[in-house]
Amino acid sequence: MNRTPALRIADLVKRYRTGEEALKGVSLAVAPGEIVGVIGPSGAGKSTLIRCINRLVEPTSGRVFLGDLELTALSGRALRRARRRIGMIFQEFALVERLTVMENVLSGRLGYVSFWQSFTRRFPPADIERAFALLERVGLIEHADKRADALSGGQRQRVGIARALAQEPDLLLIDEPTAALDPKTARQIMRLICEICRERRLPAIINIHDVVLAQQFVERIVGLRAGTIVFDGPIEALDDAALTRIYGEEDWTTVRQRAAAGRAWALDAERLEGFAE
Amino acid sequence: MTADGRRSWRRPPLIADRRLRWLIYGGGLIYLVLALATLEVNWLRAWEGLGRGWAFVQSFLRPDFASRGPDILNGIIESLTMTVTATVAGMLVSVPIGIGAARNLVARPIYLLCRGIVALARALPEVIVAIFFVAMFGFGPFAGFLTLTFNTIGFVAKLLAEAIENVEHAQVEAIRATGASWAQLLNYAIQPQVMPRLIGLGLYRLDINFRESAVIGIVGAGGIGATLETALDRYEYDTAAAILLVIVGIVTLAESVSSHLRRWVQ
Repeated sequence: MNRTPALRIADLVKRYRTGEEALKGVSLAVAPGEIVGVIGPSGAGKSTLIRCINRLVEPTSGRVFLGDLELTALSGRALRRARRRIGMIFQEFALVERLTVMENVLSGRLGYVSFWQSFTRRFPPADIERAFALLERVGLIEHADKRADALSGGQRQRVGIARALAQEPDLLLIDEPTAALDPKTARQIMRLICEICRERRLPAIINIHDVVLAQQFVERIVGLRAGTIVFDGPIEALDDAALTRIYGEEDWTTVRQRAAAGRAWALDAERLEGFAE
Repeated sequence: MTADGRRSWRRPPLIADRRLRWLIYGGGLIYLVLALATLEVNWLRAWEGLGRGWAFVQSFLRPDFASRGPDILNGIIESLTMTVTATVAGMLVSVPIGIGAARNLVARPIYLLCRGIVALARALPEVIVAIFFVAMFGFGPFAGFLTLTFNTIGFVAKLLAEAIENVEHAQVEAIRATGASWAQLLNYAIQPQVMPRLIGLGLYRLDINFRESAVIGIVGAGGIGATLETALDRYEYDTAAAILLVIVGIVTLAESVSSHLRRWVQ
């Protein structure tokens, strides 16, 4: 098996112009097919971290490798070519609201087609076929020609997932995918994302502030606090001490009980699905 | 705390310092009184003018569409032509300049250049621009067309640039993350967000341009304004009244149509 990590981050530092240091030398490797949940309090640098990977935010120093390709050394066209290998899913979905669902999914192909093809919306047949297949996979095939802003929150996030997958990415960056969703939809979306990642052996970094949800769906947790990784390990190792290191003092026993209850609740919710929809 | 033990609260004043507050308010008031005192109103002249004003008003009660009918019609057609061509030409030029004047899309030198053009086009009032173009190209609707185009650019480019600067950043970020080029970003993330605004601006400008065409006609830039000017010169207040009524009618119509269309594109 190939031992090169899918993603490797070395000594990543991001200092904003305000002087605030969002990342203070973060190093991290993600194995092929691995799903990593990044948890941490608000302002810990989770969003900055994933945006430094595809360079939506310019890191101050440090290096990022996608396979063997050094992302931090790229610019212009080469950077755009690298970006199309990295799918991104956003907190508030970030769909282009006035475009149709299909256009939003096809926008995942922008890095692969010419301006003229995208301007006239004449995408290659293979792209159209893939887009339809993805809409089927996320269960939105009958909404293809609706405007994105006509959909509910959960449906919009499914479009966001389809758009990211349309890129045929080698890596998924997922920023708080469930923060704008109700608890039940949040679980459905997390389940869908993790299922798809496993189907495709797609490595992913998921920023998530809901510890309970993270514990239910991912195997490896990275805890970020004030721009520094303070925990990195399997979900079983995330004990009270680790949570205290990440978030500070809190009654973690109660949180864990809630997590257990949440797991039971999720199972119930699965049974009741269809009834509630 | 007051004597009865209840707490009192008042909204903190805008200017915290009491003396400064009185100085500013008092100073403003004194200035206003002095400024009004310097206006020399000739009440006798105003009294005499009342009669002439009244004649003007009365002529509105019997507007004369017939005796200068063909002139009015020609003037209206000329104005409408000027308006439509200038709006279209102005919009075509405004779009690239507006994009260039959006801070979040272009490099700083281009931004400054386009902002400069916009500032210039906005700083010069219509009538001055019209006089300039009339001096350059002679009397007639071509000068009017150029004037309206120039001012359309100032208006539409500025507001388009503002609309672009206020787009939802998340949508732009998402399209950028797919590896899209700058042109694709414009087409997929910016255009869908600002298109209704742009169409609205175009329709709004169409009815502003028609009204302006009446004003700049007075300084020789053709159209219905020129017809109006001629009628006023000849003291044909009844014809002038007819022209004004036509203008009011068309402006009202244009405004209601454009507001309906704008609501529809939202």
